[in-house]
Amino acid sequence: MLDRRHIIKGAGGLAVALAGAHLGAQRAVADSVTLPFDNGERPLVTYPQKRPLIQLTERPPQLETPFAVFDEGAITPNDAFFVRYHLGGIPLEIDTDAFRLEVGGKVNLPLSLSLQDIKAMAPKEIVAVNQCSGNSRGLFNPRVGGGQLANGAMGNARWVGVSLKSVLDKAGVRPEAKQVVFDGLDRPVMPETPDFTKALDIDHARDGEAMLAWSMNGTDLPWLNGYPLRLVVPGYYGTYWVKHVNKITVIDGVLENFWMKTAYRIPDNSCACVAPGTKPDKTVPIGRFNVRSFITNIQGGDTVRANTDTPLRGIAFDGGRGIKEVFISSDGGKTWSGTELGEDLGKYSYRTWHTNVKLPAGSYDLLVRATSRSGEVQPMEQRWNPSGYMRNVVESIHVQAA
Amino acid sequence: MKDIKLVVVSLAAFALAVAASTATFAGSKEYTLPDETAALTKSHDAGYEKAEANCTACHSVDYINTQPRGKGKDFWNAVVNKMMHAYGAPVSEPDVPAIVDYLSRNY
Repeated sequence: MLDRRHIIKGAGGLAVALAGAHLGAQRAVADSVTLPFDNGERPLVTYPQKRPLIQLTERPPQLETPFAVFDEGAITPNDAFFVRYHLGGIPLEIDTDAFRLEVGGKVNLPLSLSLQDIKAMAPKEIVAVNQCSGNSRGLFNPRVGGGQLANGAMGNARWVGVSLKSVLDKAGVRPEAKQVVFDGLDRPVMPETPDFTKALDIDHARDGEAMLAWSMNGTDLPWLNGYPLRLVVPGYYGTYWVKHVNKITVIDGVLENFWMKTAYRIPDNSCACVAPGTKPDKTVPIGRFNVRSFITNIQGGDTVRANTDTPLRGIAFDGGRGIKEVFISSDGGKTWSGTELGEDLGKYSYRTWHTNVKLPAGSYDLLVRATSRSGEVQPMEQRWNPSGYMRNVVESIHVQAA
Repeated sequence: MKDIKLVVVSLAAFALAVAASTATFAGSKEYTLPDETAALTKSHDAGYEKAEANCTACHSVDYINTQPRGKGKDFWNAVVNKMMHAYGAPVSEPDVPAIVDYLSRNY
């Protein structure tokens, strides 16, 4: 039996601990931000397990990472990682003891795996960028409908899990298999709304790189990033990274639901683009990232000291070949100078870069352009498509040197 | 003494709920979303109440509020039709013109 003194002390300790934790579940509007496009005002809201993030929508939650976070390093912290859901019925209760990953369809041995079963398999680790297909959509010109995001619907994390191949091998994929379909715990509100399921071709699913991850940056996945298990598809847009994944079905055809056949499709040409305002004749499902790069330590409108070495740094990534070079221009792209690349965390990771620039007094547009190891270069002109996907134009930041 | 015990018990129960919401213990876990606050632009247009009745069952209205401004009737007509025919929103056809009119006048 605790004596009174201990009870009071215990209660006081709890009250202090709870005051902090309880706030997380309330709407804690710390501030607001204005993204750099018309109608870009957004609240900064604190969700449980998250720091204040840019709230695009409340139900289901869609949260964008404040861009300054990307200056913290190559790894995006879990509490700052972006959140994107499609359906109002997101899971708010999960029993991790009862949780099962069902593997069925065109397999020899259907499986029902607990989290313990999955964690007992040989683990695999990869550092990989996840990026929303519509990252930067709000910056398209002409504007297009959809989630109006700036550049913060991306992040880079160290994922630990099992390879999808090892799970599929355990079940024994039958020869007629063509695709693998992934479903998570999120559900539509109306029964008429198509459930969010996505498919990978069987060879892609068995490439040894796609994985089922339970850990992100050394700890459990944050709830809103797919706890307790999510698909990680290195180099591919986030639409395939199914969250809270609990059902894998091998099929002998091609998944033709709304999320594969109508949504998340790009023009079927080498630039994934059409003339602004027009529609593509033929489309294909979105796939790998194109190459992108960003300056992270200076924002548009900043003033830097004239005639002094000013450090510039940032990040670059592509769809999985790795970054070869990052160049900087302060004269609108007439001349370019190289930068030094940071630590190589793998071909699917952000690659940091840094350099110095010395600018005479005046106003400048600082441009950053990356080249991948396959020779892919960021375009100088924005490519356009009606869904606002895959923006990767050379980024430009306007600064004053004084 | 009794009061203190009650406080401790209720705090302990609350602590369990919070611990579960931050996913630190095994077994059943919960997550609590912040309260919803987004609201549609108020209007005397006939479509305002119809939009509120039809557009909020599946999603918060910041989906509407954050769209680019001034996209016009064709844009909003396409959105409403997508909601009905791709997502199965149970909007009755006769209500569509008023909803599109409200959205294109106010957004």
